[in-house]
Amino acid sequence: MEALSGEVREINRALRALPDGASAVVADPRGRHNLAVGLDAAVRITLDGPAGYYTGGLGKRADLTVNGPVGWGVGENLMSGRVHVKGDASQSAAASAHGGLVVVDGDASLRAAISLKGGTLAVGGSVGAYCGFMAQAGTVLIGGDAGDGLGDSLYEAVIYVAGSIAGLGTDARIEDLTDADVQAVRDLAKTCGFDHIDPENVTKVASARTLYHFSTQHHASY
Amino acid sequence: MNHTFPPSVIAEIQQRASLGRYAIRGLGARRAVPTFDDLLLLTASASRYPLEGYREKCATRTVLGARNAAEPVVLDIPITIAGMSFGALSASAKDALGRAASEVGTSTTTGDGGMTPEERQSSKTLVYQCLPSRYGFDPDDLRKADAVEIVLGQGAKPGGGGMLLGQKVGPRVASMRTLPEGIDQRSASRHPDWTGPDDLTIKILELREATDWRIPVYVKVGATRVEHDVKLAIAAGADVVVVDGMQGGTAATQDAFIEHTGIPTLAAVRLASDAIAEVGADVQLIISGGVRSGADVAKALALGADAVSIGVGSLIALGCNDSAYTDESGARVDVTGDYKKLKVLPGGCAECHTGACPVGIATQEPALERRLDPGLGAERVANYLRSLVMETTMLARACGKSDVHRLEPEDLVALTIEAAAMARVPLAGTSWIPGVTG
Repeated sequence: MEALSGEVREINRALRALPDGASAVVADPRGRHNLAVGLDAAVRITLDGPAGYYTGGLGKRADLTVNGPVGWGVGENLMSGRVHVKGDASQSAAASAHGGLVVVDGDASLRAAISLKGGTLAVGGSVGAYCGFMAQAGTVLIGGDAGDGLGDSLYEAVIYVAGSIAGLGTDARIEDLTDADVQAVRDLAKTCGFDHIDPENVTKVASARTLYHFSTQHHASY
Repeated sequence: MNHTFPPSVIAEIQQRASLGRYAIRGLGARRAVPTFDDLLLLTASASRYPLEGYREKCATRTVLGARNAAEPVVLDIPITIAGMSFGALSASAKDALGRAASEVGTSTTTGDGGMTPEERQSSKTLVYQCLPSRYGFDPDDLRKADAVEIVLGQGAKPGGGGMLLGQKVGPRVASMRTLPEGIDQRSASRHPDWTGPDDLTIKILELREATDWRIPVYVKVGATRVEHDVKLAIAAGADVVVVDGMQGGTAATQDAFIEHTGIPTLAAVRLASDAIAEVGADVQLIISGGVRSGADVAKALALGADAVSIGVGSLIALGCNDSAYTDESGARVDVTGDYKKLKVLPGGCAECHTGACPVGIATQEPALERRLDPGLGAERVANYLRSLVMETTMLARACGKSDVHRLEPEDLVALTIEAAAMARVPLAGTSWIPGVTG
């Protein structure tokens, strides 16, 4: 699929018209926003170059690969399927993703996995501050370092970090790895091709659950 | 009486000392602020020619969102039902509101917590809210919606996030919101995936792409910096701007938010309509926040709104604050005792946050929810909405209008200087518009 002459709307219409099992390549996405948004079929799509905001957002079932970096909100509100970024991602990667897998080979900027609701975000490199802010459910794997405020106000989501952590956010705490955690990290790293992650030497961050009920004693945390 | 520490303030301080927290409650502002009651309609006599009240047609058809959407929202009346969440309200209450809206030809709106199958089934026209929390936000539901409303703020708590105390986070609510049961849920006050109007532009386009540009995009703001917010919403691509004044309701928030933030609906509507006129865009305005009567509707339309949205009024019609509910046999069952357990009386209850709603509306308790029959509730809300439409058209005809959308600021005067300044209409009996004509 040659995208040079097509508007985003036309490209998306063409992608959404693909039947299950079909494949397509957008040859030159040129960093445009909202590409491959709202997909709902078991299709395999490649954006062969940099893409803009919300790449693959609001999607289901599709397998999307981006050969380059992406802007804000890649895989935003993903329901199922996979988005693989072969580059870096800007802010709010996998924001509010309810399901599916977002893989970022490079680094991700601020607030990755913010408000995550059951999806999985795997970042091969490092993430910026406030990764996992208010994440409710799901899994985050960070192959590099994590910025400040990691896991601030987490609910039931779990974050694994292979590198260093600049600082934990409010109500986040480090927990011991269980065998199940190690296996989960091993499986996810293998799926993503992240050979540099040692599953037995990641740091697990989860909610301390002290903010689940309002309490005057915690007023400084709210 | 001590004006600094009257009995109500003393009681509030004592409650803070006892509970260790500030007051949280439902409903809208209690304090007296300028309202539509401070305006009067200049109906026709000699200089204007009235229409026959019960004989001549007065159109109420309302079209929203034709700017970009292939399928704009077309309503029979200019009155819609505001967004209220499943979670704050019972599923039966949401169902009843949908049925009522469908019966009178208008829309209802989802809320923080996603779309229930019941309300989609019962609502002919359903507006799907995209809230900062994104609880239960599902592209499948988005595609089932007739419009999408990006909520940036709410009149009762502009700048504040949502709040649902643990007693209302039952199994179904928890599942829809991906939260543990029984926790005090804190909704975000800002959207997770954008931080300003330039980003909002791209967010709006994402929603358009996901719906193939079929449905309108509304943007809802709490009434604070109305002029700037409305202009930015339009610049970002909104088809419809919803402005919720400070009298707007809530199921639960801090009393300090309800009483001390935002601006009155009366002030907001004129600021918003002027901002739209200044920009010159084909954008519709929905105003909400304490709209109760046909007179309120007529005045809001005259000041530039294309439609109004009603939340608390709809709930009261449904049975909120009623002293009794109607059981399966049709008998009225007095529930004054249940109100007293909440330390309130029917007519003065704002205990939505407790989940112990005696009439089954603001609850997730199955035994309480059964007190609300969706069919009967829908009939009451439909009656209420019809009465508003009859009043609105009656007043519009008396102003000589064959269409409620032809009401205009010239049809209004103000009873107080404050209202005259806010609505920018003359003080009654004068040509003086404070701040405009001197």
